[in-house]
Amino acid sequence: MSSETYSSSEIAAVTAARNIEDNRVVFVGTGLPLMATALAQRLHAPNIVIVFEGGQIQPRITRKYMPFSPNDIRAGYRAIMLATPTDVLSLLQKGHIDYGFISGAQIDQYGNVNTSFIGDYTKPKTRLPGSGGANDIGSLANKTIILTRHEKRRFVQKVDFITTPGNIDGEGREKRGLIFGKPFLIITGLAIMDFDTTLGKARIMALQPGVTKEKVLENMGFRPIIPESIEVLDPPTDEELQILREIDPDGRWVEHPN
Amino acid sequence: MMNLVESRRNAEQKDHSMREKLMPMNEAIDRFVHDGEVVALSSANYDRIAMAAVREIVRQGKRNLTVAKTLCSFDVELLLAAGLVKKIVSSWVSIGVVWGVSKIMRENVETGKVEFEEWSNLGMNLRFASAAMGVPFLPTFSMVGSDLPKQNRAKIIECPYSGQKLIAVPALFPHVAILHVQRADKCGNAIIDGGISADPSIAKAANRVILTAEEIVDTEAIRKEADKVVIPFLLVDAVVWAPFGSHPYDCYGNYDMDHEHVDSYVNQIETRGISYAQEYLNEYVYSVKDHFEYLKKISPKKLLEAVAMAKGIKHGWME
Repeated sequence: MSSETYSSSEIAAVTAARNIEDNRVVFVGTGLPLMATALAQRLHAPNIVIVFEGGQIQPRITRKYMPFSPNDIRAGYRAIMLATPTDVLSLLQKGHIDYGFISGAQIDQYGNVNTSFIGDYTKPKTRLPGSGGANDIGSLANKTIILTRHEKRRFVQKVDFITTPGNIDGEGREKRGLIFGKPFLIITGLAIMDFDTTLGKARIMALQPGVTKEKVLENMGFRPIIPESIEVLDPPTDEELQILREIDPDGRWVEHPN
Repeated sequence: MMNLVESRRNAEQKDHSMREKLMPMNEAIDRFVHDGEVVALSSANYDRIAMAAVREIVRQGKRNLTVAKTLCSFDVELLLAAGLVKKIVSSWVSIGVVWGVSKIMRENVETGKVEFEEWSNLGMNLRFASAAMGVPFLPTFSMVGSDLPKQNRAKIIECPYSGQKLIAVPALFPHVAILHVQRADKCGNAIIDGGISADPSIAKAANRVILTAEEIVDTEAIRKEADKVVIPFLLVDAVVWAPFGSHPYDCYGNYDMDHEHVDSYVNQIETRGISYAQEYLNEYVYSVKDHFEYLKKISPKKLLEAVAMAKGIKHGWME
């Protein structure tokens, strides 16, 4: 596959899918994370367990009944259990959820995420819709994956408001009382980042094919840790792209290439 | 906000008798929702939204309301557009993820007209659960280490056994809960199909409960399915028949979401500005007498398609 045959959303979804192993429990919202999870399920992870914030456990993700919200009745299509939000958010708190996906208007070098306020929270420039389940996921999932568009205004030095804690100030979550979970990966159309275990800062792990280190940095408001050698990820396969486009034929959730 | 003792005294005084409470929507809202009160609304975001009841609140112009809801929807959008809200207590305020950030919410909150106190979703669910249990707070690790406690003034406590730090989520006692369900009898025994969300907790947490139901069924039929009853009569003050009462949102097993209706509203707001909301309210709320007149404005063909879709989803028929 050459680079112009897929979009940055598609490569991000493919990268996320490849990072989910089989037999794991994944707490997922709608949109890109759901597409990534559905892709993993169709390929290497048929026994993945999907859990939605609305309380749905192990639903079937199909093109016809694609949910628009985790509380949409479509999110419960052929589910094994329709539990409550408290039930599934408690599964997070109890440690039963391996992976959680979040995104945000601002993400900083410690993996803190803001979905609440742009500007001072007492007098915000922009009031965003708020946490929803994002705080619960980022606080309580064993591993949290931030799946997002790679934009300079999104990757800021310091978030205006910590809706969802990552490694907070780099001194560790435990010091603040958050004894479980961690920010695990940041996945974008340009790169994949993990977090340095001692500094708690984002570190470039690998670049998407055809993307330079410079391009990644140009599109970031903070400087991630840059290791001496950086791997380049494999481009998406025909099969991966075919499945994504079959689940989302209009490119509503995962943009098609121009 | 009401405290635990007030809420407890109210429960002690409540008429818990099993009696018929079926009444029209306008009577239920007039008698049981008052200016300045804390109103908790049913479910979360998409399914079983108490839209018919909310439209009646707007019609009657109940003012200075504090709205409490886990994840908001078009219900809070309309209450905001009508200028009836003083404060929102929620984890998320917009119409739906696909419609982005609500301009009406931004206008109201950024100008300081409305306060939006933000909790995590688990935090909101536990606030209702705590009130339902009659205890002043519940502990959780949710929100620990975040900035949310600065904004919502949640207190951090130390576990007396382990010393671990937790957020003490305060009980939220609504004056009135308005819950939309699939089936209820005239006495207020309710059966919910699909996800029940926090609704049974909200019913226990509130002083008063208004049930709006797709279908009113015989009490004998309820007794045969007593294992499915999630809200018992003793908590309920009013039962209202409201078929398609969640429209334009969905209702599990009954009908799917009417996306076009909300798409059209959002598109008009985007192109013509937030003043369009007043036109929408004129057309769909102020100019119609009640919920049944509202339904006449919705295409029957679309409603039928929505019914078929919801059956397909419930029964798991293959695409």
